[in-house]
Amino acid sequence: MAPTLKNYLQDGSTLRSWFLSTDHKRIAILYLLSITFFFMIGGTVVGLIRLELLSPAGDVVSSDTYNRLFTIHGVIMVWFFLIPSIPVTLGNFLLPLMLGAKDLAFPRLNLLSWYLFIGGGIFTLVAVVVGGVDTGWTFYTPYSSTFANSAVITVAAGVFITGFSTIATSINFIVTTHTMRARGLTWFRLPIFVWSLYATSIIMVLATPVLAITLVLLAVERGLQIGIFDPSLGGDPLLFQHLFWFYSHPAVYIMILPGMGVVTEVIPCFARRPIFGYKPIAYSSIAIAILGFLVWGHHMFVAGESIYAMLMFSFLSYAVAIPSGIKIFNWTVTLYKGRIYMKTPMIYALGFLGLFTIGGLTGLFVAALAVDIHVHDTYFVVAHFHYIMVGGMVSALMGGLHFWWPKMTGRLYPEFLGQVSAWTMFLGFNLTFFPQFLLGYLGMPRRYHTYPAEFQVLNVMSSLGASILAVGYILPFFYLVWSLRWGKKAARNPWRATGLEWEYADSPPIKTNFESPPIVHGPAYDYDPQKEVNFD
Amino acid sequence: MTERPAYSPGLAHHFETHAQQHRAATLGIWLFLGSEIMLFGGMFMGYTIYRILYATAFEQIAAHTHFWFGTINTALLLTSSLTMAMAVHHARAQNYQKSGRWLVPTAVLGVAFLALKVVEWYLEYRENLVPILGWNFDAHGVAQGPARLFMGFYFVMTGLHAIHLSIGVCLVVGLMVLLRRDKIARENPSKVEIIGLYWHLVDIIWIFAYPIFYLVSA
Repeated sequence: MAPTLKNYLQDGSTLRSWFLSTDHKRIAILYLLSITFFFMIGGTVVGLIRLELLSPAGDVVSSDTYNRLFTIHGVIMVWFFLIPSIPVTLGNFLLPLMLGAKDLAFPRLNLLSWYLFIGGGIFTLVAVVVGGVDTGWTFYTPYSSTFANSAVITVAAGVFITGFSTIATSINFIVTTHTMRARGLTWFRLPIFVWSLYATSIIMVLATPVLAITLVLLAVERGLQIGIFDPSLGGDPLLFQHLFWFYSHPAVYIMILPGMGVVTEVIPCFARRPIFGYKPIAYSSIAIAILGFLVWGHHMFVAGESIYAMLMFSFLSYAVAIPSGIKIFNWTVTLYKGRIYMKTPMIYALGFLGLFTIGGLTGLFVAALAVDIHVHDTYFVVAHFHYIMVGGMVSALMGGLHFWWPKMTGRLYPEFLGQVSAWTMFLGFNLTFFPQFLLGYLGMPRRYHTYPAEFQVLNVMSSLGASILAVGYILPFFYLVWSLRWGKKAARNPWRATGLEWEYADSPPIKTNFESPPIVHGPAYDYDPQKEVNFD
Repeated sequence: MTERPAYSPGLAHHFETHAQQHRAATLGIWLFLGSEIMLFGGMFMGYTIYRILYATAFEQIAAHTHFWFGTINTALLLTSSLTMAMAVHHARAQNYQKSGRWLVPTAVLGVAFLALKVVEWYLEYRENLVPILGWNFDAHGVAQGPARLFMGFYFVMTGLHAIHLSIGVCLVVGLMVLLRRDKIARENPSKVEIIGLYWHLVDIIWIFAYPIFYLVSA
């Protein structure tokens, strides 16, 4: 179908038309470029870390440099890649399209949030240039407030500023979902991706301010010596940990819920079946958001909590497995008697299913009080959360990026290379992180640049896996860029998928998304497994 | 949702109706206020924990804050909330002139609060009650650690509150200028309402800060 109006990419090509655009689609592209940039920095840093860990001796970097490397890896990957990742790119691009709206409720706020993100990023990068920070991404006091000899306040300021970008985005998403749905688009006709963005936004708007104030208190303690956490001034360092994890545990769900949303879009499309258990999946996103606020103490089992608090936190952490399990089973059942097409996004989505399950189940190991004392602060924990963050969220991001690439750019990516990179990522990922479970169980602590010689084989496997994983990232980078110019032109709905963004919007969409406001007549995921389909 | 009218001043391009735009703006500010409560909530939480840990010391050192300054400031701020409510009331009735007239005392009361606050901080500085850097800190016979903690929370929380109030005053003054120039479209009274909500939040935070710093000694 020939588009009658100019698409959003053709609507101005000056720098001004991009950097001052309030179009949610253009801002999503700005964000995509920005998080790719930060991901490359975080990835390069971790390359050095894996290089160091090839041998037991600390021979590549000094221990001090090593501390700075893993700190900057954590800070950049958490706040400048994972937290924003899917919401600000796919979410920003798709939310209005999925709702049948012309834009987000507050377009200028959306642009402002990108500038805040970049501002925070600049602070953080400046800190790296002037010598980095060595506290770990968790900024634990009193080390960070009193003893650390590095740019703590600069990085804290960067994270603080970025926090406001997160809050702005989440307010925008919640308001848009409430007020700008198309006619006929009731809550239970929404794509699950919208539900997961909504649940994510609730966490963002309630948790991020607590991080902000925690960082302010840290900065005034470090800069002005107002003792809030310093025991020598009457304070209590545990208060910092409570406040920090009150944000940072819910933040873990900020980093996974949007991925769950993407998977829920991809699986029905490539199994050609309506999603099984729509309402349980939708409600379980909200349940995860709520429960996520009640489990922060499980990060502090060995830090000094009362046994009753520990029991409650352990129990509640187990409870998170229920909504997570509901999702896993519903996705799996959706595949049953489906007509399954193993296209690139589907490979990523199935990878997500397996890797998230492993990450989630090992989460139960560390939620068990006795086991946690054994594996606390070891590579077991590192492997656990990388299975969620990288195996889960990055797989979902890649899957979603491939799935909506035709919609975002108007071009198809090369399918064969897509499948190669999806498998490369899956294999490389497992080779990198599965050995770390074993290392942690055997007792290798995290955050050291040397280790006993008997751990070398597993560490070499891990570093080898990391280089395969790197290929899995670099390959898509090149062929996706290639496809922008030489890729096959995409039709409106190359996947024969359901949803307003596929059925009513061009690829790429026009500036105001739809030529006339769409009207919704039926439920989401109206797929028919009996019908054979031909993808473009 | 009805069709968007062809000529609709004050209606942003991506909304269909004024009612929808108004709903969005109101929900947006309420969410923002929720995030503000979480921001201050972290500090109230910290204060509460130490208040329980060091009950007597907090009561003793609280006797050295300036009760009358705090009380008069509370009265000023509460009154400003009343005048703000009047401004919103008239804006809703689309009586923008009257609305603008009520904004004047609102801003003046806000500035008066800030002025008193600065004087109060200066007095505390004179009395060696500022626990920062290497400054001389006089705990007035109370245990050093808890006294420093209490005053630390006092300065951080009243400081952050003052920043919020200053932003509020700027917003109100900006609003007055807009109203004077007749820049608020008749169909869109949300602006006055939204700034009003923010103003009340800053007021409410003070209502909670006042007893924990000025009344615990009684």
